[in-house]
Amino acid sequence: MTELASPALILLAAALLVALTRGHWRNAVIFVAPLVTLWAIWQVPDGVAGTVRFLDYMIEPVEGSALRRLFATIFAIMVLTGGLFAFRQARWYELSAAFAYAAGAVGVCFAGDLITLFLFWELMALFSTVIVWCGGTRAARKAGIRYAIMHLLGGVILKVGIEGVVVHTGSVDIRPMLATNFDTWMILIGILINAAAPPLSAWLADAYPESSPTGSVFLSAFTTKTAVIALIMLFPGEPVLIAVGLYMVMYGIIYALLENDARRILAYSIVNQVGFMVCAVGIGTQMALNGAAAHAFAHIIYKALLFMSAGVVVYRTGKNKCTELGGLFRTMPLTTICGIIGALSISSFPLTSGFTTKALISQAAVDQGLAAVYFLLTAASAGVFLHAGIKFPWFVFFQKDSGMRPKDAPWNMAAAMVFFSVLCIVIGVFPEALYRFLPYPVNYHAYTAGKVLFYLQLLLFSGLAFFVMLPWLKRTPTISLDVDWIYRRLFPAITAWICDAVADPLARIGRRIQYMCEATLSRIYRHHGPEGVLARTWPTGSMVMWVAILLACYLVLYYV
Amino acid sequence: MIESNLPALQVILPLIAAPLCVLLRRSSLTWLVAWSASWATAAVSIAILLKVLGSGTISYAFGGWAPPWGIEYRIDPLNAFVLVLVSVVAALIVPYARRSLQAEIRSRQHYLFWTAYQICLTGLLGVTITGDAFNVFVFLEISSLATYILIAYGQDRRALVASYQYLIMGTIGATFIVIGVGLLYLMTGTLNLDDMARRIANMPLYRPELAAMAFLTVGISLKLALFPLHLWLPNAYAYAPSVSTAFLSATATKVAVYLLMRFSYTVFGRSGIFESLPFEEMLIALSLAAMFLASTVAIFQDDVKRMFAYSSIAQIGYMTLGIGLANASGLTGAIVHMFNHAVAKGAIFLLLGCVALRIGQPLMSQLTGLAKRMPLTAAGLVVGGLSLIGIPGTVGFVSKWYLVMAAVEKGWWWLAALVVISSLLAVLYVWRLIEVVYFREPSEKLNEATEAPISMLIPAWLFVFACIYFGLDTSTTVGTAAIAAETLLESLP
Repeated sequence: MTELASPALILLAAALLVALTRGHWRNAVIFVAPLVTLWAIWQVPDGVAGTVRFLDYMIEPVEGSALRRLFATIFAIMVLTGGLFAFRQARWYELSAAFAYAAGAVGVCFAGDLITLFLFWELMALFSTVIVWCGGTRAARKAGIRYAIMHLLGGVILKVGIEGVVVHTGSVDIRPMLATNFDTWMILIGILINAAAPPLSAWLADAYPESSPTGSVFLSAFTTKTAVIALIMLFPGEPVLIAVGLYMVMYGIIYALLENDARRILAYSIVNQVGFMVCAVGIGTQMALNGAAAHAFAHIIYKALLFMSAGVVVYRTGKNKCTELGGLFRTMPLTTICGIIGALSISSFPLTSGFTTKALISQAAVDQGLAAVYFLLTAASAGVFLHAGIKFPWFVFFQKDSGMRPKDAPWNMAAAMVFFSVLCIVIGVFPEALYRFLPYPVNYHAYTAGKVLFYLQLLLFSGLAFFVMLPWLKRTPTISLDVDWIYRRLFPAITAWICDAVADPLARIGRRIQYMCEATLSRIYRHHGPEGVLARTWPTGSMVMWVAILLACYLVLYYV
Repeated sequence: MIESNLPALQVILPLIAAPLCVLLRRSSLTWLVAWSASWATAAVSIAILLKVLGSGTISYAFGGWAPPWGIEYRIDPLNAFVLVLVSVVAALIVPYARRSLQAEIRSRQHYLFWTAYQICLTGLLGVTITGDAFNVFVFLEISSLATYILIAYGQDRRALVASYQYLIMGTIGATFIVIGVGLLYLMTGTLNLDDMARRIANMPLYRPELAAMAFLTVGISLKLALFPLHLWLPNAYAYAPSVSTAFLSATATKVAVYLLMRFSYTVFGRSGIFESLPFEEMLIALSLAAMFLASTVAIFQDDVKRMFAYSSIAQIGYMTLGIGLANASGLTGAIVHMFNHAVAKGAIFLLLGCVALRIGQPLMSQLTGLAKRMPLTAAGLVVGGLSLIGIPGTVGFVSKWYLVMAAVEKGWWWLAALVVISSLLAVLYVWRLIEVVYFREPSEKLNEATEAPISMLIPAWLFVFACIYFGLDTSTTVGTAAIAAETLLESLP
């Protein structure tokens, strides 16, 4: 029986314990449970560990492979560090929800069949919603319900797809497929909704920044990355994903550049980074899948690190907006340094984790001869540096002096940030340490003179672009970057130009849709509301009339 | 001796308990009688189910008169399952009811309440167990009359109007059923359902039989509150005492759903109503209307009990949808949803009864901050609500899984999509409740409130646990439902 106990169950039990215990006991659970989970993850053997009967199927709650263990490992590390970051500041129900949420993510990693995957999938949706609600504000509650509906919608689409596959193939196994018919398309769409793919990417940037400073750290790690592992397991080499991934990459950059809320910038950049991974899954070679997995691993670390540094700022100052922040480096040196390390990692600066993992994806594109993909990804890398690598730390920690002199991070938050900063650099300096655990053998060397030089050039110029554009960035919320040499030299300018052209009509269409929704809603309310014709108490005579009508209907229909 | 007469005991135990209650009068004594009778009934029903699953259909000739001349009790896996559902729910509610009744009904009327409760139980079990068409009508009337009383005991004066309206509608429904049965008797010369089915199969469908079917379908639809014949239900559930609401919502409509299955499959199945008549089309259309319109109404309701009453109408739509789909998965879904909805709604209405004990009939606005004052009640409500939505790990997921499966097997993607979309409507009304209960400060009314007494919480939480347990371990419920669906489908040509 023990071989059926998914490591996820340990986290689930921990979630319950966190809810039930107090004080030191709870702290002990928060630190011990992820370690036990980590241990259990590495006890999972390759292949299916056992089967259980659920509904009419033999399901496989635990199936091991290198890929599954890799993702589960980073999720467990994430819970541990997130717990360290949050345990003194977050409320117990947020921590408990975070553990249950992580249990869902780990459960998906080890799911041997589609039904188990779906069960844990919904577990994640449920508890991540709770975390959004833990933001505690009115806006957080509203964002929470939008988030919940979006994920339940994704869930039901996924469910229809899974049931279709089950009915038509008779098998619930997780195995590579392509989006060739209705069932598989439904599954793909259901997963992509969780990956924040277009056109439903907005939920991510809508909900994450509304959560609490600690909650957003957990949120940044699990949902989108479980979507990535699900894609790797189910849709490797699905060509649609290349286009989807590229769109996400660009979408993230454009909106992050336009954004003023510090954590929302980071949220958009999640979409952007997940775009790289989705694109890699679409390429589908061993190198690309390795890249997707490695990048997800590294991404969770530096993105959580960025959210932690932003979280500390929000926690200390209570302010979200770039325009209200600035100059915090004076009193928050540690947070600043950790934020910068995260920012460099996400921009794939040499000697940081992003450099060693993202390069795998670019290389895979080159190997497959996908020149356009390669160039777009490279251009996007420059864009990432622009919005996340420089914009975030610059506006939050430097820029003008906002006059605030908040204290630096509390010790537990600081410890969590330092730990992740070290991980970022270790993976950057010793990439082989990570490459060893990838699903396929890696024959790639990150540090050749040419690559390093190329990236440094790229980053240098986009960095230069940023500071040249700074006056425009400051003055107006929209950015017009059509200064000609940037235009010629660098793609970010193009993207910014596109966004200027696109943002306005989009907003107008949005308003029109909103108006139509409101009108429909009021019509529904007129009929279904408490005084509506469908809800009010009817006179007995009218009730009887309906009986007569229905009887007449039946008689006529049966007779003819 | 006892074992061979179990089917008779099933009905007779509560039937004897009822007059005993009138004779004893004392509130506590009548409660004790109700308690023992309903638990004994539950034990009998479980014994019957085990026996049916072990050795097949039981035919019990009442008074030794062999069927089809005498009255036959005929128990196959389907009605054995429903018997267990009804009697176990009834048994679990009795211990809960003691405190709740003290708060809601004057103590000198308790014995009458318990009498009505036992009679109602007798009627429901009788309808389910009997194999005789006229017997069905008789027991249906017995249960209905008792139901009117159970509703009329509500504190709110609107309970009387609700009960009166239900009386009119219920009587019309029963009349339709008796007209249908009469027409069938005229055509076949028998009242035994099994015999009737065989004779109908051997002759063409004459007009009186079609008329009989129409009357039966409409009459039963009235009892099970199929849209648009649901109009009696919201007020009846909303203004009845908490105990009555929980009991009726978990059992009465389920028995009517069972009756619809029995007539449409066992009796008419062989004569080809599914091929030649638009029976399924009508049923599916009305079910969809129920699922969507009633759920939407529920979203805007202020009275919490009324909101869940509308949700019941929508959930009944899922059951009739399964009947209309007429394949193994669909019927399994429908049957298992009878059980699952009974547990979920039972839990919700019992917990609302806990709230009512503290602050009276709750409006949405009065439930604010409930989680701070009555955490266990609030948590239970959330689990029940998640079940209604069909979140994996709760019972609701299991039944919707089968319904979607049934639609996919038929190739009706649009229907699969509609089923899952309708569950998103449930998200909205459940969310409203969660938001009010968890994210607001306690209202003035709730400020003084404390958690409900343990004697009420335990039965209510047994239902809540059942919501989760049967969502994870599906072998009992789905296993039995699948066998029951199979026996129903056997009667189709």
